[in-house]
Amino acid sequence: MATQHSRSAARLMMTPAVILLLGWMLVPLTMTLYFSFKRYLPMRGDSLERGLDWVGFENYVRFIGSSSFWPSVQATLLIVGGVLVITVVLGILLAILLDQPFWGQGIVRILVIAPFFVMPTVSALVWKNMMMDPVNGMFAYLWRFFGAEPVSWMSDASVQSIILIVSWQWLPFATLILLTAIQSLDSEQLEAAEMDGAPVLSRFFYIILPHLGRAITIVILIQTIFLLSIFAEIFVTTGGSFGTRTLTYLIFQRVVDSQNIGLGSAGGVYAIILANIVALFLMRIVGKNLDQ
Amino acid sequence: MGRITLDKVAKSFGDVEVIPPLDLTIEDGEFVVFVGPSGCGKSTLLRLIAGLEDVSSGEIRIDGEDATSVPPAKRGLAMVFQSYALYPHMSVRKNIAFPLRMAKLDAAEQSRRVEAAADVLNLTEYLDRRPGQLSGGQRQRVAIGRAIVREPAAFLFDEPLSNLDAALRVGMRLEISELHKRLETTMIYVTHDQVEAMTMADKIVVLRAGNIEQVGSPLELYREPRNLFVAGFIGSPKMNLIGGEIAEKHGAPTIGIRPEHVTVSNEAGEWHGTVGVSEHLGSDTFFHVTCDGIEEPVTVRVGGEVDLHYGDKVWLSPDPDHLHRFDKAGLRIA
Ligand SMILES: Nc1ncnc2c1ncn2[C@@H]1O[C@H](COP(=O)(O)OP(=O)(O)OP(=O)(O)O)[C@@H](O)[C@H]1O
Ligand SMILES: [Mg+2]
Repeated sequence: MATQHSRSAARLMMTPAVILLLGWMLVPLTMTLYFSFKRYLPMRGDSLERGLDWVGFENYVRFIGSSSFWPSVQATLLIVGGVLVITVVLGILLAILLDQPFWGQGIVRILVIAPFFVMPTVSALVWKNMMMDPVNGMFAYLWRFFGAEPVSWMSDASVQSIILIVSWQWLPFATLILLTAIQSLDSEQLEAAEMDGAPVLSRFFYIILPHLGRAITIVILIQTIFLLSIFAEIFVTTGGSFGTRTLTYLIFQRVVDSQNIGLGSAGGVYAIILANIVALFLMRIVGKNLDQ
Repeated sequence: MGRITLDKVAKSFGDVEVIPPLDLTIEDGEFVVFVGPSGCGKSTLLRLIAGLEDVSSGEIRIDGEDATSVPPAKRGLAMVFQSYALYPHMSVRKNIAFPLRMAKLDAAEQSRRVEAAADVLNLTEYLDRRPGQLSGGQRQRVAIGRAIVREPAAFLFDEPLSNLDAALRVGMRLEISELHKRLETTMIYVTHDQVEAMTMADKIVVLRAGNIEQVGSPLELYREPRNLFVAGFIGSPKMNLIGGEIAEKHGAPTIGIRPEHVTVSNEAGEWHGTVGVSEHLGSDTFFHVTCDGIEEPVTVRVGGEVDLHYGDKVWLSPDPDHLHRFDKAGLRIA
């Protein structure tokens, strides 16, 4: 990609993809922006043909003024943060474990990746009905076996349950990326540290962890993008009740349950702003890490 | 102090015996070079001494004490790896200080020792750089710096110069020899380059397939190779090894003669041949002469410029005082 000629050829080749992507993003974005300044209640007979009333920033004020707005931002950050911590910490430990030579390594590695291939809806249903059901769930049996009162997960520990389910789905992704990063660590570095008198834990903190820094930032960045918009896991388990109403879920309720498209669109714009703040924040960390 | 004794040390990986039982003593302050062809077990032997591999049997003693099951960090040895194995996310200063930090030395003592090591190795101006911002030779010096701050009983080097270009290699070779003279610490140095072995060693250990073929000073090995393998391995260009009838005339199945011990003449001599390719090094010229009755071309060293050309007919005579004789098994006949 060095010569003038190959660069312009590359641009030409990329044009269709870029145009398609721009259309894909720009059309919904403009529509969201447009609706967010309109009063649009389809149940009351509003429609595009009849023309929509311009209401200025009323939708924005109402969305942010609603008593469910701040709790939803909180729930979003709590779930995203919780999943990130669990997947990164467990991901590192699992990656180190899988990097050790042991019998049946190939099969275990495939098994570890398996949850990633299960659809979010399916995995949430399985967790809800098979594992966490307070009467017939596996956890209930386990609790009763030890003589404890089964927990009704979906109502008493709703946020934790969602974090658990989503972490289970994303752990393979984190493990996989971190495993490849660990495998790229020069074994002579570890041996040098061993000769330098570093015990196992020091070797982990001084050599392995810094080596993983870049991979960890990438895991965090990619996961955050996807975790900000988790929906199916909430929809099929708690339906947004018991403090699990994230920003995404609130917007869904405004548009579908309350049939208020203008208000939902305003919420969508807030979600874009939130995502950008988080992304900006992350990009700076990643940028710092990738510069090295 | 750094006297290292290997007593019947052997190493197998699964069913494969890489090092059959072997005895070796390395005296305190000695510069010992392990040399041998690729895959002969040099690195494995060094790693056994370092403690990075467990011995399959036998005993390793350091300063008289059994160190066979002592962990690497406790053996008091420092190792310089072929890939340098610097910690990429730490500055040069932190890299060199790492072993001291692990030993929990206080900060003042740490920086004093780091500065001293940096001074010896001309690294002072690079202390705040990262390894990625250094040249190969500088990285090599950082790796050595990390080894010397620990003030080890012995240094272990595993082919430390193989990633450097020829000019730098000669420079670093001198620096390491210089360092050895100054520190007077035992050094064990692994290489497959016999020139490095000849120029640096007090004692050379020639290995083949895990076996010690000969141990001795560079000149001992050069003058009196114990067998054909050592004769062919030590010396550059290689010793001429001649078999057949010509060797029988000298009373041995195989004879060997080094290129500098053959005289060239236009009129008379023992072997008659035709000059082939010649290599002019300025100070010396090497001729490859194809002789009647000898399969391989005979290499001859002639000092300075000589008026011989491709296709010229010449006579060669080996110097009988420097003729090496080997028996059927390849062992030297005294
Ligand atoms: N971990 C291992 N498992 C099995 N075989 C091994 C292992 N390490 C080394 N070997 C074998 O032991 C032999 C000696 O290896 P070693 O690395 O000591 O050679 P070397 O003399 O250092 O060679 P080089 O000059 O190429 O570095 C080789 O045949 C190698 O295949
Ligand atoms: Mg080696």
